[in-house]
Amino acid sequence: MSGKIRLIDENGLRVDGRRPDELRPIKMEVGVLSNADGSAYIEQGKSKILAAVYGPREVHPRHLALPDRALLRCRYHMAPFSVEERKPPAPSRREIELSKVIKEALEPAIFLEKFPRTSIDIFIEVLQADGGTRCAGTTVAALALADAGIPMRDLVVACAAGKVDGVLVLDLNDIEDKEGEADVPVAYMPNLGLVSLLQMDGLLTINEFKQALNLAIEGCKQIYRLQKEALKAKYLAIKEEVETCLQ
Amino acid sequence: MGGNLIGMFFFENRQIVTPGDLLAEGDYIAGNNTYKEGFRIYASRLGLVEYEGRTVQVVALNSVYIPSPGDQVIGKIEDLNINMWTVDINSPYKAILRVSDALNKPFRQQKDDLSSFLDIGDLILAKVVAFDRTIDPILTIKEPGLGKITQGQIVRVSPAKIPRIIGRKASMINMLKRETECKITVGQNGIILISGPSSENERLAILAIEKIAQEAHTSGLTDRIAEMIRREKSARL
Repeated sequence: MSGKIRLIDENGLRVDGRRPDELRPIKMEVGVLSNADGSAYIEQGKSKILAAVYGPREVHPRHLALPDRALLRCRYHMAPFSVEERKPPAPSRREIELSKVIKEALEPAIFLEKFPRTSIDIFIEVLQADGGTRCAGTTVAALALADAGIPMRDLVVACAAGKVDGVLVLDLNDIEDKEGEADVPVAYMPNLGLVSLLQMDGLLTINEFKQALNLAIEGCKQIYRLQKEALKAKYLAIKEEVETCLQ
Repeated sequence: MGGNLIGMFFFENRQIVTPGDLLAEGDYIAGNNTYKEGFRIYASRLGLVEYEGRTVQVVALNSVYIPSPGDQVIGKIEDLNINMWTVDINSPYKAILRVSDALNKPFRQQKDDLSSFLDIGDLILAKVVAFDRTIDPILTIKEPGLGKITQGQIVRVSPAKIPRIIGRKASMINMLKRETECKITVGQNGIILISGPSSENERLAILAIEKIAQEAHTSGLTDRIAEMIRREKSARL
């Protein structure tokens, strides 16, 4: 249990003043890098993440190419300055695992079979970490994929729910993740209603788990709306500019 | 919102849609950049939705070039082999140009030097002869008008914007050619060759093409571009 730190105060609010079912403030932007085929940036609370997508392009090294579909590669990486104590830049065990987990969360959404013998490469760079980076990383990678014009069945959006001080909460930050009792990250395809990532760290009863899952899916749906707005904003800004010029 | 006897539309024509958006439900045909599941048609790319008759399609705002037989493309010679060149055509797939698709005379491997015809770095205007999932695209330059590019300037745009640059019944490209007095050769792979009477004309054409690519999803574009060219022209005189 959490010991000394109180994660829920007497008014039922969390360490950063949020209600249990409230998301952190989210800001997303698409098309931030001109060298990549697609890119996006997200700020979720204090977490700041950049994603770049290249492809479909030729596979290097050649022998990795698949004859019937595109090869999806993903690199999740935390900048050395992204956490309080310097993180060595080499990929850690955790980063390699998250790369795999995010890749597998995005894979079912992409029409990989349309581009045999090519690769699609996703780079997720965590600039500042404050919990929930695997979820925010998935959300921002999906945006970058859509920006790159890669055909997808649906956008993928991810959000975590968990339990701190005995209360089920949405979108955990770093302290809540570390000191809390459980963390359930979920990646979700909102139009298809399918879950593509589901993990659990900590202890929950079956009932609590079901509630946490539903809470996370509700969070995903909220983020999805912002995700769509961010995608359209890049083009709507130009459209509005043109229309105001005409008047 | 719209609908008729056979089903429902969920967007207005030319509205921006994102992957996974439900576009129509009912007896419709899934066009470009959409997919069908049961009676539902969803968008698979970010773009503008178009409902035309029974077809529902999305005009993509960004995409890579996937070769298709018959396409005219502009490519760069990347490497040469004993009897073929490999060509970069701004696509995930490397294109192949065989000697037999390039030269009209017999090629003697012992005597003739491939690089004397086309060398690494040369640009060519070519046509895609064959391509499918299993083989790399094969090009030809053995048709009138095709071959090595010797003069002009190159502009690159997203291959998704090419239909807009050509316009409905080639209206946009014809207007560009007329107004800028340039020869404009459009490669379906997003590479455009411009050669005009002066570099000033070429600059104007490039400016116009970049503006079209930037504002491809807005309406009334042809008129706006024509006006812009005229304005620029009178400013420079």
